[in-house]
Amino acid sequence: MTAAGVPLSWYLILSAVLFALGVAGFLFRRNIITMFMSIELMLNAVNLSFVAFSYHLNQVDGNILAFFVMVVAAAEAAVGLAIILTVFKNRATLQIDEVESMKN
Amino acid sequence: MDGILFLIFAAAAVLCGLNVVMQRQPIASALSLIGVMGSLAALYLLLGAQFIAAAQVIVYAGAIMVLFVIVIMLLNAGAEKRTGVSLMARYLGLPALAGLLGALSYVIFRAFADSGVVRFGRFSAGAARDVGQALFTKYLLPFEITSLLVLIAIAGAVVLAYKEFER
Amino acid sequence: MQHLWLIPLFPLLGFLANGLFGRRAPKRIVSLVAVGSVLLSFLWVLRTLWALWPLDAPHLERYFAWIQIHDFRIGFDLAVDRLTAVMLLVVAGVGLLIHVYSIGYMGQEGGYYRFFSYLNLFMFFMLTLVLAANFLLLFVGWEGVGLCSYLLIGFYFLRKSATNAGNKAFIVNRIGDFGFSLAIFLIAVNFRTLDFAGVFSAVELRPVETGAGLVTTIGLLLLVGATGKSAQIPLYVWLPDAMEGPTPVSALIHAATMVTAGVYMVARMSVIYLHAPLALDVVAWIGILTAFFAATIGITQFDIKRVFAYSTISQLGYMFLGLGSGAFPAGIFHLWTHAFFKALLFLGAGSVIHGILEQDLRKMGGLRAKMPVTFWTLVCASASIAGVPFTAGFVSKDEILLAAHHHAPWMYWLGTITAGMTAFYVFRAIFLAFLGAPREAHHAHESPAVMTVPLVLLAALSLGGGRFNVSRWLEPLFPAPEARHDEALVVISVAAGLTGIGLAWLFYVARPGLADVVAGRLGALYRLVYEKYRVDELYNVTVVQPVVIGARNLFWQSVDVGVIDAAANGIGTRARGIGSVLRLLQSGNIRSYAAWVALGSVAALIAIGLAGGAR
Repeated sequence: MTAAGVPLSWYLILSAVLFALGVAGFLFRRNIITMFMSIELMLNAVNLSFVAFSYHLNQVDGNILAFFVMVVAAAEAAVGLAIILTVFKNRATLQIDEVESMKN
Repeated sequence: MDGILFLIFAAAAVLCGLNVVMQRQPIASALSLIGVMGSLAALYLLLGAQFIAAAQVIVYAGAIMVLFVIVIMLLNAGAEKRTGVSLMARYLGLPALAGLLGALSYVIFRAFADSGVVRFGRFSAGAARDVGQALFTKYLLPFEITSLLVLIAIAGAVVLAYKEFER
Repeated sequence: MQHLWLIPLFPLLGFLANGLFGRRAPKRIVSLVAVGSVLLSFLWVLRTLWALWPLDAPHLERYFAWIQIHDFRIGFDLAVDRLTAVMLLVVAGVGLLIHVYSIGYMGQEGGYYRFFSYLNLFMFFMLTLVLAANFLLLFVGWEGVGLCSYLLIGFYFLRKSATNAGNKAFIVNRIGDFGFSLAIFLIAVNFRTLDFAGVFSAVELRPVETGAGLVTTIGLLLLVGATGKSAQIPLYVWLPDAMEGPTPVSALIHAATMVTAGVYMVARMSVIYLHAPLALDVVAWIGILTAFFAATIGITQFDIKRVFAYSTISQLGYMFLGLGSGAFPAGIFHLWTHAFFKALLFLGAGSVIHGILEQDLRKMGGLRAKMPVTFWTLVCASASIAGVPFTAGFVSKDEILLAAHHHAPWMYWLGTITAGMTAFYVFRAIFLAFLGAPREAHHAHESPAVMTVPLVLLAALSLGGGRFNVSRWLEPLFPAPEARHDEALVVISVAAGLTGIGLAWLFYVARPGLADVVAGRLGALYRLVYEKYRVDELYNVTVVQPVVIGARNLFWQSVDVGVIDAAANGIGTRARGIGSVLRLLQSGNIRSYAAWVALGSVAALIAIGLAGGAR
């Protein structure tokens, strides 16, 4: 590693680590909102990957795709939070394990 | 210079990410997430994606995370309780996670071990002009459709929330 | 073109009309349609014979190709020659008389229209059988008459004994049909045609076989079919049980026509049998043994219809004896006369049953005064069957016995003894029923004219039917037998017949108790004969029970339940098992779903990596 630059693979590794953190959060947290935030973390990690490849291939297309991901994430966040609000109003709980009427 | 900047922001991102996952209080997780996004914006700048970096800060950190914080405040989400644990998640999830990370790393090293280095300033097509040009010519159709998607999302959110507060 | 197809068509139309619409039609219309169709058929037979007289050559009419595979053609072909003409007159003529008789006999029965539609259907199949010009069409008629026999035996279907008898008839017939089918297969394979003309000319080209060979095998297999249909040993057991059907059915089907189909068939296949002397000898053996065997049983029976049933079996044996001795015209001549006197015997018995509603001879007696027409017509029939000189039966039976003597003298002697027994049992029945004092009180009355007129006509034919010298008329069709006319043999057989009548008079009129005394003295032997030599029980043990038990245990329990049902149910059970295991994935727990997703993505990554997609 020189002051001149950083290998591309390090960006990708960072992306993988952030993604893994997002998955971990999704699997092991019980609060719905926290799980949702983990999803956003995953999306960000993927965005980083896109931008890194865009640099690698010297094209703008990766940036465009990252842009679209962002837009979709925004829409998804809006709807998802609305759903969480509804669930809270009906079940009065934010614990994912207590939303289990479909179990067995 | 690039290297040091990369290390700083990468470390920040990872630490904030860990915080997101490990904090008890949701509000702390949200704030950590904002930190992650900020670090990522800096990394985008290092990669030459100016437009995306700005959009990240404005849209993601400025709008979406604010939405999260509002909802957390609205629901008065407190600390997470230690209720029933999913055995499936614990015994399947950790190995899956480790496997995921390992597989990804392996693939990355195999494929990109010898690709070039990232230098600030070498990529110039990330400016607003280039992005705009591509967006309105080559990617026009997905652009219009995503705007439609956003419209639908707004409508859906309003419908879901509207019923709530009618009571 | 004589339009032979009209002959079977009229009864078929009668069947359809009565079968479809007869239920709601008045009885008079039903009778009109049924009898009318047979009458039209009979008239057309007469017209055809008149047009084709003197019928020196066979007249063949081809209508359409039924089955055509390359050059193998089976057509719907009808043919008339002298043999067919004799059969047509018997079937249509006697059939017509019995149809008329049935109007009176079945007048009070339920299912009137059903009876006549079945009877018409039978006429259709029998006429097709007789007119057929190839093996397959003959077989169609063969099977069809078997079906109608089943339907009519089980006519009183609410009686278990009747339906059992129908089943028995059909199943035993089927065994015979199996032999017939095998013969047809052999013929088709070896001669590549099923037309009579083609097959016979092919057989003529072959040398006469001594011992076993293809033609002998065919002849024997055809004989199996004939023993089934014509109730010879070993497949005769269905005929006595068939008496469960209405009496006109017994008269028409089980005396005059259907059971003679086997005799007709053997006569038609004379070319085959003359080329297979071994098979022809077997025919004669079966004929004489059956004649003797059945006559012994007939002596002991008390049901009047059973006596006549065993008599039919015995007389059919005579016909086979005639055919087997090489005297084909004689056999057919006996078929002709037998149709008259046997139908008359049955119809007369029906008249008695109609009058007093009783079938057991021990409960009859003294009916002569109350039913004179029936009595005298039955006496004519009995005289004919007993071989009283100058009756029809005498002429035909003597021809057969003469031929038998020429073929193998011991057959003549056995046949003469049988003739004596025949005379004995038939007059025994007459004396027990009509003479002496009434053993039970009856409200006997003579039958209506619609029943007695056919009786009188048949009586006239029984006496004078011998005048039609049928056997001489048929001689051109068959190789001429050596004409031997031995007066001594004729005298001996007549003497045997008269002795039989005399003994019957002795046992049942002069000394009424003598019969029981003799029966008591003979003890076990009498019981054996009375119980029909326990043949039915033997068949039951050796054939029926093993088949039933085998089918039940092997095919039902093991195969059907054990294998097939188990497989079908097993698939369902297994599917359910797999489903219940897979259901565990749907835990309702979102986080486990997420864990599975993560796991799946790892697997996908590894797969892509292994497939070399990492590059």
